[in-house]
Amino acid sequence: MSVSMLASQLLVGLSRGMIYFIVAAGLTLVFGVLRVINFTHGSFYMLGAFIGYSVAAGIGHGSAGFWLMLVLAPLAVAGISLLVERGFLQFVYRREHLIQVLLTYALVLIAGDLVKFFWGSQYRSLSTPPIFTGSFATGSITVPKYNVFLLLVGPLVALGLWLFLSHTRFGKICRATATDREMVDILGVNSTWIFAAVFALGGWLAGLGGALMAPVVNISLGMDANTIIYAFLIVVVGGLGNIWGALISSLIIGVGEAFGALFMPDWAVVLPYIITGVLLILRPSGLLKSVW
Amino acid sequence: MSMSWLDRSKEKTARVIPFRPILLVSLLGVAALLPPILPAYYLYLLTTVYMTALLATSLNFVLGYGGLLQLHHAVFFGVGAYTVALVLTKTTWPFWLAAVLAPLVAALLAAVIGWFCVRLRGLYFGMLTLALGQLVWAIIYKWRSFTSGDDGIHGIPLPGLVSSPTSVYYINLGVLVVCLLILYAVIKSPFGLTLVAIRDNPVRSQSVGVNIKRHQLAAFVLSGFFAGAAGVLFVLIEQSVSPSLLYWSKSAEILIMDLLGGMAVFLGPSLGAAILVVLSMVVGTYMDYWLLVMGLILLLLVLFLPQGVLGYLQELFGRKTVQGGERDAAN
Repeated sequence: MSVSMLASQLLVGLSRGMIYFIVAAGLTLVFGVLRVINFTHGSFYMLGAFIGYSVAAGIGHGSAGFWLMLVLAPLAVAGISLLVERGFLQFVYRREHLIQVLLTYALVLIAGDLVKFFWGSQYRSLSTPPIFTGSFATGSITVPKYNVFLLLVGPLVALGLWLFLSHTRFGKICRATATDREMVDILGVNSTWIFAAVFALGGWLAGLGGALMAPVVNISLGMDANTIIYAFLIVVVGGLGNIWGALISSLIIGVGEAFGALFMPDWAVVLPYIITGVLLILRPSGLLKSVW
Repeated sequence: MSMSWLDRSKEKTARVIPFRPILLVSLLGVAALLPPILPAYYLYLLTTVYMTALLATSLNFVLGYGGLLQLHHAVFFGVGAYTVALVLTKTTWPFWLAAVLAPLVAALLAAVIGWFCVRLRGLYFGMLTLALGQLVWAIIYKWRSFTSGDDGIHGIPLPGLVSSPTSVYYINLGVLVVCLLILYAVIKSPFGLTLVAIRDNPVRSQSVGVNIKRHQLAAFVLSGFFAGAAGVLFVLIEQSVSPSLLYWSKSAEILIMDLLGGMAVFLGPSLGAAILVVLSMVVGTYMDYWLLVMGLILLLLVLFLPQGVLGYLQELFGRKTVQGGERDAAN
């Protein structure tokens, strides 16, 4: 086991962690502000990948298709999630967790079959755009260019979210709503629309995650089930509603998984669950402070 | 997390005619007489309903009565089924030993998982059950040399006595009735009442000296035991097991059954299981989009009938158990 192999595996793990973070950030944001457990988030991710596929395949598999897909797919998913929030979710904010879980799970089932209806049940795949094919090689460390791209996008999204939440008026209102919705209402802010906007932003992030993953995974039915579980684990380990906690735990799980694939390939799939289990037992309420 | 709409405190109203016991006993009588006249397919369907009813009721014991957000119940079901399958294919032990061992293994696993989970509350509890349950799934999925991985185990050899459809039917019915009676007795016992008290007011329960964690852990283990028993029944019916038995979406399906039937009524989950099993078989034969149908049913339920079918019927006829006004006020 050479050092360069470890280093390239570390980078691959980090880039995978970035994707996890982008998806989990949306979930944790919705958790934090709306206090809703949104199982549909995985479906939004899947929709992002499928819509991205259609956009890119419609335009041709070149660079233009790729960039357009990265813009259009998340926006389309944000639109869909806005409809979901206005159409269904807004009616269960005051109900038990279990009812919310089941409502969003119902939407998971429906979304899964709708995707099957529109796209069919066979695998789809996109090739990476020309500028990102191949690998960077520094010395003996080789990393696929697309992973490097992901390593850049992840921090950009994190930075954007931080700027939005801490340095814009709207972001501050979002955080205030997370802490005390009633008070925000009393101060004359229409928190109903804050909820809708945050949910759409969450959907946008899930769609972005799906679109970013589209060139490197098999786009298939069932990609929602695995993703939503990972996103949940990340969000809970990070501390419910805490975006920085989600960032840390995404990277831990991404890197853990990558090293798992290197050292014990048969058991790599077990690792995220073990990591989560251990972290939750050590820190039952998450790594960082939960907003709840 | 408030579960006060599951409140059963008004149940102690005076009963004049034992209407419900009579109805249940006659239903049981009909069920016992059915096998000779029923075509094989319907016999299989009913047998599956009994097995699933036990599974759904075992979940409702912790979920509805214990108020614990158990999001991964299928694990104990799957581990029970796998225990029987592995014992029968890897050892020469008799069937009865495997059938006794399976619920015990499931209960042991529930004790381990529960030991970690009961230290957490609400959502965190639910998420840890999900994480640890998926861990068990991943182990069974990946441990190819021992569990055959994603191929599952098929053609599990069963002794002649328990392999004919009719005998499997009666075993399922018998096990269901016995297990439901035990669970009902537990719910009505001081232990069960304490459990409900903890669900409704944990702070107060603790202040009068109840050990919350110990009660919740005991309930968790007991429900794991009965889910394991349902796993044994599953092997009797299907003679095969696969890792999908303990994937998280299976757990979600059981949750839906409980909600569908009604979590505040003891037999609600059984009715929910019956509806869902029959619907899945009927719809599944006519169209490819069974999940869409299940999703729509669930959507309508959540939005318009959160007390479940049996809960709703109970509201209509006589005993008022769920109070809409209080439900809103409680949140």
